[in-house]
Amino acid sequence: MIVVKNVVKSYKTRRGPNTVLDGVNLTIEKGEKAGILGRNGSGKSTLIRLLGGIERPDRGSIMRTMSVSWPLAFKGAFQGSLTGLDNLRFICRVYGTSAEDKIPHVEAFSELGRYLREPVKTYSSGMKARLAFALSMAIEFDCYLIDEVMAVGDSRFHDKCRYELHEKRKDRSMILVSHNPKEIRKHCSVFYVLHEAALVRFDDPDAAYAYYKRVG
Amino acid sequence: MIRSLVQSLSIQQRVIGALLRREMLTRYGRNNIGFLWLFVEPMLFTLVMTAIWSVRRAGMDIPVVVFAITGYPVAMIWRNCVSRGKKAITPNNALLYHRNVRVLDIFVSRITLEIAGAVAAFLFLVILFIYFGWIEPPQNLLKILSGLLLTAWLGAALALVIGALAERFDVVDRLWSPFSFFLFISSGVFYLVDWLPPFAREYVLWLPMVHGIELVRDGYFGRLFHAHYDIGYLLFCCMLLSFLGLAMVRQAGKSVELP
Repeated sequence: MIVVKNVVKSYKTRRGPNTVLDGVNLTIEKGEKAGILGRNGSGKSTLIRLLGGIERPDRGSIMRTMSVSWPLAFKGAFQGSLTGLDNLRFICRVYGTSAEDKIPHVEAFSELGRYLREPVKTYSSGMKARLAFALSMAIEFDCYLIDEVMAVGDSRFHDKCRYELHEKRKDRSMILVSHNPKEIRKHCSVFYVLHEAALVRFDDPDAAYAYYKRVG
Repeated sequence: MIRSLVQSLSIQQRVIGALLRREMLTRYGRNNIGFLWLFVEPMLFTLVMTAIWSVRRAGMDIPVVVFAITGYPVAMIWRNCVSRGKKAITPNNALLYHRNVRVLDIFVSRITLEIAGAVAAFLFLVILFIYFGWIEPPQNLLKILSGLLLTAWLGAALALVIGALAERFDVVDRLWSPFSFFLFISSGVFYLVDWLPPFAREYVLWLPMVHGIELVRDGYFGRLFHAHYDIGYLLFCCMLLSFLGLAMVRQAGKSVELP
């Protein structure tokens, strides 16, 4: 479970603090799939970072009793001179699991072939996206944070990602952030709209969209 | 509480280990040429300095090679630390998306690698030069090691301070290289404190680096000159800079901007 209580987060700007989240409450149960809607710059990514424990809230608390992934959209911290395999080993070391038994799966999913053992700087952007997603799937979590993951790659890649996330891991919790309504409607059971630093919860997607359209 | 402390320590250790390997690959690459440079650079400098000083060694009763080898390679320890600490955060900030990776871990791994490399280069050169008979073996190993250790500590602490400052203020990043050059010139690489007039000694002894180099030299050829250093002062500087650096890195970690 993840319990977010009265979280406030603001960032410094030249014109004074900009409050991105103001008194946000949220509970994610084990196995629950929540979709968060919000316009660009509404604070979706900030919320995801707070949920992932990458940033700390200014006020309020976030309690995690299940393992939570890193935000999946992020293109990976790829150092150009390292190979895809080096990156896999790094991630596995950081999360304390062995890398060797994950190599076949990463090889198969990323379809990088011999390039898995070449420096990342020789990759195309599609290859990087495939590697990033394959690495995200190398470590198992109870809850996945997904920040616009479907924004990259071709449709075949999307299908594969969907299968990995929504079929193979359908027992896990998921927090899906997107400004694409279709994606969220399809996979989520609870809906939130983030608008003007506040988070509003809906159980019905249509109600969520109506609100999103009205304020957005 | 103790259990959770042990647990976080083991995570920390794991993360730093992972970062260290990553740094090793990016710093030295897969072919070992990169690693070789670590030794070639101080060796070249030592040899050039030896050559210059051999031509005009006016009244110097200390073997030039020994003087040179206890200079640059020792200063390299703190200099390399700071230069690696300076660009620690921004190029690596995407790593912070992994919750267990903290800004301090990135610093620790980079600094550790730098210290290990610079100390290894120094020891390797000394052993090599002794083997070829260019220098005598050292007189007091303990003093040399404590000099290296304290210089390494100083470099690590300074790397935290300058690294955090440079992250926040661009001007520190730019001004550090001229300033570090000044520090390097005045740090005792090119002179012994005893050669200076007494009033000048007082000034240079404000610099903690000078104490480190003098201590290493005292250990190497202490019988040949009168060394000026104060381990207490050096320790004080190390501790002060460490506290400052840790606090500043903590602050930098809070305000770091993720891509």
